[in-house]
Amino acid sequence: MKALHDSTGGEAAAAPLPASAPVKRVRRHSTMAWIGMAIVGFWVLMAILGPSISPYDATAIVDTDVFSGMSHKFLLGSDYLGRDMLSRILFGTRATIGLALAATVLASATGTAVALFAAFSGGWRDAVISRALDALISIPSKMFALMMVATFGSSMLLLVVTAAITYMPGAYRIARSLAVNVQAMEYVQAARARGEGVWYIMTTEMLPNMIRPVLADFGLRFVYVVLLLSGLSFLSLGVQPPDADWGSLVRENISGLGEGALAVIMPALAIASLTIGVNLLIDNLRGKRAAKE
Amino acid sequence: MKQFDTFLGKKGSTPASPTGQPLVDVQGLRVTARKDDGSSVEIVKNVDFTVARGEVLALIGESGSGKTTIALSLLGYARSGCQIAGGQIRIGQRQIDQMDEKALLAMRGHHVAYIAQSAAAAFNPARTLMDQVIESALQHGVMDKASARAKAVELFRALALPKPESIGDRYPHQVSGGQLQRVMAAMALITDPELVILDEPTTALDVTTQIEVLRAFKKVVKELGTTAVYVSHDLAVVAQMADRIIVLRDGAVREMGSTGQVLHEPADSYTQSLIAAVSPATRVAQLREVLPASMPAEVRAPLLRISGLVAGYGAPDRLGLPGVRILDDINLTIQRGSTVGIIGESGSGKTTLARAVAGMIAPARGSIQLDGQNLSPTLEGRTREQFRRVQIVFQNADTALNPAHSIGRILNRPLAFYHGLKGDAMRRRTAELLDLVKLPSSVIDRLPAELSGGQKQRVNLARALAAKPDLILCDEVTSALDTVVAAAILELLAELRRELQVSYMFISHDISTVRAICDDIVVLYAGRMVANRPREAMMAPPYHPYSHLLLSSVPAMQQGWLEQVAGAGQHKLPPIGAADPSPEICAFLPRCSLRVDGVCNVVPPRRRNMEHGGEILCHRSDADLQQAQAPLLPVEGVTV
Repeated sequence: MKALHDSTGGEAAAAPLPASAPVKRVRRHSTMAWIGMAIVGFWVLMAILGPSISPYDATAIVDTDVFSGMSHKFLLGSDYLGRDMLSRILFGTRATIGLALAATVLASATGTAVALFAAFSGGWRDAVISRALDALISIPSKMFALMMVATFGSSMLLLVVTAAITYMPGAYRIARSLAVNVQAMEYVQAARARGEGVWYIMTTEMLPNMIRPVLADFGLRFVYVVLLLSGLSFLSLGVQPPDADWGSLVRENISGLGEGALAVIMPALAIASLTIGVNLLIDNLRGKRAAKE
Repeated sequence: MKQFDTFLGKKGSTPASPTGQPLVDVQGLRVTARKDDGSSVEIVKNVDFTVARGEVLALIGESGSGKTTIALSLLGYARSGCQIAGGQIRIGQRQIDQMDEKALLAMRGHHVAYIAQSAAAAFNPARTLMDQVIESALQHGVMDKASARAKAVELFRALALPKPESIGDRYPHQVSGGQLQRVMAAMALITDPELVILDEPTTALDVTTQIEVLRAFKKVVKELGTTAVYVSHDLAVVAQMADRIIVLRDGAVREMGSTGQVLHEPADSYTQSLIAAVSPATRVAQLREVLPASMPAEVRAPLLRISGLVAGYGAPDRLGLPGVRILDDINLTIQRGSTVGIIGESGSGKTTLARAVAGMIAPARGSIQLDGQNLSPTLEGRTREQFRRVQIVFQNADTALNPAHSIGRILNRPLAFYHGLKGDAMRRRTAELLDLVKLPSSVIDRLPAELSGGQKQRVNLARALAAKPDLILCDEVTSALDTVVAAAILELLAELRRELQVSYMFISHDISTVRAICDDIVVLYAGRMVANRPREAMMAPPYHPYSHLLLSSVPAMQQGWLEQVAGAGQHKLPPIGAADPSPEICAFLPRCSLRVDGVCNVVPPRRRNMEHGGEILCHRSDADLQQAQAPLLPVEGVTV
């Protein structure tokens, strides 16, 4: 939203410069951000197009040659059943990114909403919510996930909910500390004195002034969720066959690790590249104000 | 290197050495700042000046005039993004512009010392004052610990700090703001610097504290023969301290001359406008007089009536009153179309009063009536119409406007919220509002960060006006602004009142501002209303003793005022016995120069009417007060 004003920023201030003054556009993002953006963009594209451009059907056993290396037939080798690894990875992209995205959106959105409410109402409500979520944070995430899967059985929905619950308190904490600061600003006081409702103040006055750090946190949290879900899949508690995500690809090919099979290394590299890409992107993505400094 | 410096320093501090040559010589100083797009802009343009040994030179100007930048360049320092681009700076034997970072470090805090505006931010809260005061002396190896301590105690005494022997053992939060500022002066002076730079050292202080600090500074400067550069925006303060004044604007020197000449015969047009702006009283008063003297509406019930208001925090006592009372027994009325000024020092409860009226702090006792109708103590109980009629304008326009919303959006919201306007009607009204506060319509699409301080304050005001309120609560609306800009805002307020018939509750710590625009003046002290009197009654004694102290502490733009005036701390306080611990006892007792033993410390004062109008909370009679209070010095610029 802020980006709309970028070109008029600063220069248009109180003492207007002559209109002819050359306005050199500030380069918003660094090289690192562009690299991150390229990696993330690539994987998002693959999540969408992957299955339709993959050389083979992801579940088809193409050859009896298991754990083969790179060849014209298998660009990224074959897995323990002789399936094409490239097709498997492309097939797994959707589950990996889709689940993680859904869980992160859920975690960040509820975390931020609850944080706004807690910071705005203050007093005992804030205290109760904060302590309850602190208690939730103290449960180790893998342990909690194990418990959930053991109780309810594994399903896509359950995985999303579990990951969201696990990472919601973290998002809440970040958003609450931001909201407490914003809430003390005089423009929020002015809105209260104007008689505005809670909803208006939270969404219109407060949220726009805390959205940037919340979004940065969103990116970080996405990475955590990818790692949690991959970890669960590796423990065979996550995505169940015939579906597959990258974590489960690593697990099902783990027996090839001894011979250095590409089938183990490639999905692990995919996980690494996605998380590194997202991190590069969020660390280097800067807002208008930050870019000026 | 260090030894060499020490040697030079010793040589410098003996005034006998190079005579005839000024101590500080700055030639062609240029400082540039890097802009967003990478190009650089000159913020100090070719400035030349000299400071003779033992002289106090003042740099004066509005914010952005480059006064602090010039002062910092004397330390060989430029703020981040800035750079000393050219010119020569010589202090004593040192050529500052050619020194490397290491040499500069050895010089700073030793030969050249700096006193900043906010002492509270300059001290480490975890260490005692003494440790921090003698730190620079130890660091530069000027003296050993014992002699540094002895010297610090001497300085504390010279700066009139209470208990000079033991105050050094306290921590920064255990002394008052004014005391901390003086401790900071001791910290700067401990190494006998050749040059002291004072950067707005009293700006953040209350007037009654400011006068004490100024007096202490002046005494020390005179006794030690210190050479100083005094940075300030306040001409009246500078008049007390400086021998010579440099008037700066946009990084260039507008006028340079002796204090008397600059104040009384300013040659430059900008200096003249600065001096005119210091006394808004006369100009705004003219606008005020145009008001219809008494409107028929006045006969009716007052617009706002506050009775018996008590507010505070902490566990309630057995009467159900808050443990710590911020406001105690406030009774006042505001008539339609009139302005009531609330003055008091920081912590006196001014802002709490405004917030209680706005409904943001629920009072423990008392009622607030708007047009005879009770206002709910909390926000939840108020109707939108009641919200509309009372608007609050916050002190700090930087934080009062949402940085994510454009000016248009900020102004549109109250129009839609209270009046249900949309489309063309809204656009028209927004344009009218901008016109009313004299802003160009081009600001509509800008963000608050793209406006200047004065423009933001106008938007802040326009937002309140958008509601078409009956009462506007102005909380220190001009305090953060430069004199010239503040004067314009005051004129605007007076004009709006005449045109729109709004009432104001005008909260300020600045008594001359309040006297310029208010009809009635309420003086708060520690949450009590010690005086509530019409403006005319505040023009001559008798006053409440606290009002008198406040009035006599406002610096006049006149040299020698500081020596003549009988402000804070000049009177011997009459001795009194132990005071009754009841909270009803006069709160001003510990500072009152007119207190009576056996009365003031035992019996709570009663509110009584004064002959010349208004009421005060004091035991003394009008005649007593009149006798004790000399008429204030008649000074140009301050209407007494």
